[in-house]
Amino acid sequence: MEIVKLEGIASQVRRDIVRMVSDVNSGHPGGSLGCTDFLTFLYFEAMNHSASPFSMDGKNEDLFFLSNGHISPVWYSVLARSGYFPVAELGTFRKLSSRLQGHPSTDKKLPGIRMASGSLGQGLSNALGAAQTKKLNNDPSTIFTLHGDGELQEGQIWEAAMYGAANKVDNIIATIDFNGRQIDGDVENVLSLGNLEAKWEAFGWEVLSMNGHDFKNIREIMTLAKSRLGKGKPIVIIMKTEMGQGVDFMVGSHKWHGIAPNAEQLEDALKQLEETLGDY
Amino acid sequence: MSFEILGNKDTRSGFGEGLSELGKINQDVVALCADLTGSLKMDAFQKEHPERFFQVGIAEANMMGMAAGMTIGGKIPFTGTFANFSTGRVYDQIRQSIAYSQKNVKICASHAGLTLGEDGATHQILEDIGMIRMLPNMTVIVPADFNQTKQATIAIAKHYGPVYLRFGRPVMPIFVKPDAEFIIGKADVLQEGTDVTIIACGHLVWKSIEAAKILSEQGISVELINMHTIKPLDATAILKSVSKTSCVVTAEEHMRNGGLGEAVAQVLGEHLPRPHEFVAVNDTFGESGSPMELMTKYGIDTQNIVAAALKAISRK
Repeated sequence: MEIVKLEGIASQVRRDIVRMVSDVNSGHPGGSLGCTDFLTFLYFEAMNHSASPFSMDGKNEDLFFLSNGHISPVWYSVLARSGYFPVAELGTFRKLSSRLQGHPSTDKKLPGIRMASGSLGQGLSNALGAAQTKKLNNDPSTIFTLHGDGELQEGQIWEAAMYGAANKVDNIIATIDFNGRQIDGDVENVLSLGNLEAKWEAFGWEVLSMNGHDFKNIREIMTLAKSRLGKGKPIVIIMKTEMGQGVDFMVGSHKWHGIAPNAEQLEDALKQLEETLGDY
Repeated sequence: MSFEILGNKDTRSGFGEGLSELGKINQDVVALCADLTGSLKMDAFQKEHPERFFQVGIAEANMMGMAAGMTIGGKIPFTGTFANFSTGRVYDQIRQSIAYSQKNVKICASHAGLTLGEDGATHQILEDIGMIRMLPNMTVIVPADFNQTKQATIAIAKHYGPVYLRFGRPVMPIFVKPDAEFIIGKADVLQEGTDVTIIACGHLVWKSIEAAKILSEQGISVELINMHTIKPLDATAILKSVSKTSCVVTAEEHMRNGGLGEAVAQVLGEHLPRPHEFVAVNDTFGESGSPMELMTKYGIDTQNIVAAALKAISRK
């Protein structure tokens, strides 16, 4: 797909995100906006996946696990925009009886979601399990994941990291949303991750770096990551992003982690984001 | 009525044999273990199906998360570790990735309760039934002996949905017939009677059989129910029995809070309030000791069931 097209989709997804969270005055716009380009690329170019019919077992298709479930708005928008469910349903986000729960869940059967997430640190384990099942089924597809950088403070991530390398789970590409922000402030000040690249390398993973806001670089690094599959090592991409990317008054601030824009702020944000596919 | 002792074995060995048999008949069954393969008797499955056995190391949170993920694509994961590390240590992983996500994971938990023995209270979980039965979508099974644990292990593979299977370490008498059918959610009425209903699970079923014998020598007619499935609970069997006997004793190797007794009390409180005595551990941690010494000290032995039955009858 042409990069200008990907950029157009991403702009619409960002509009969806700010409209969704503003509508219910809750949700997590910051990380959602920061991961918009990555998720757009994943669903519109990188992954071989089937929106309809949606299969929970996902045999012979690539699977994605969102470990930092609080950025559900971006995932919901990308799923809807790629045909998993009607775009109009985005308007039900976080409302009573909606399939679009505050954090992703399977119990209301929203197509595209295979695992609940929200309580942090669990997605890498889920993904490794799915990756092992792919191998047992002789299914050559790939498992993709996304994790927050603050989420890496959870111990379970490192249990999973150890397992993935020790057992040569080489059909997985994990991605870290490295925006340096978490609820209480900068990751560096809350609980420093130290040398993150060296940590993953020491755990035995193939480590790549990527600019999460440059489709050309995303394409280059994702292609490189795919070329390293099946070589005995799990792959992790440390993706540099800005929380709130695309909306000037949100960019780079942890304050927009879990705060919704008010009506005036929404108007301001929407002026900065082109409507390319039609609002829901 | 007397019960023939068919042998003496630990329930965990029933799990190990059941898992091995499952491995042969169901290619989708996979097993994960957190460094306790021998203790859980999973070595046979490991040897027979190395490609379907996943050693995860001492990392139970990752094991539960992986098991949930492995269901995507059709596998039926059986996780194996001690009951303590199968529940309390990984409650949030079970809650989000398994119960809420409705994953077809079988959490197989050994060394439950006081009868783990000498390792002491750090390992003697007495809260697990309560924790797991509180979670929506979970099935909770506590089989009574070696044969029943083997049968339950095989049965849960055919049941779609998350299951908690609780068993233990000590060698106990076997009394369930080797060809008995295990039906999830259907209580086994081991003996019919008219004076008192005793409802037990796990190792306390054998203790209840012993108690029923003593009570019958005193002329008391005991209806004895092996409630191997705590959730979904067979309310019909409870109401049918207690409407006849008008009093009940529950017996379990678990805290009074949250366990079988509380589950039975909910049913009776709503539909048929009757005198109810609880044989269970009373809001205290255990300690080191031999399994049988501990059962006596913490009030979950045969004599406690006898005393509870007499008290329940006296309250009618």
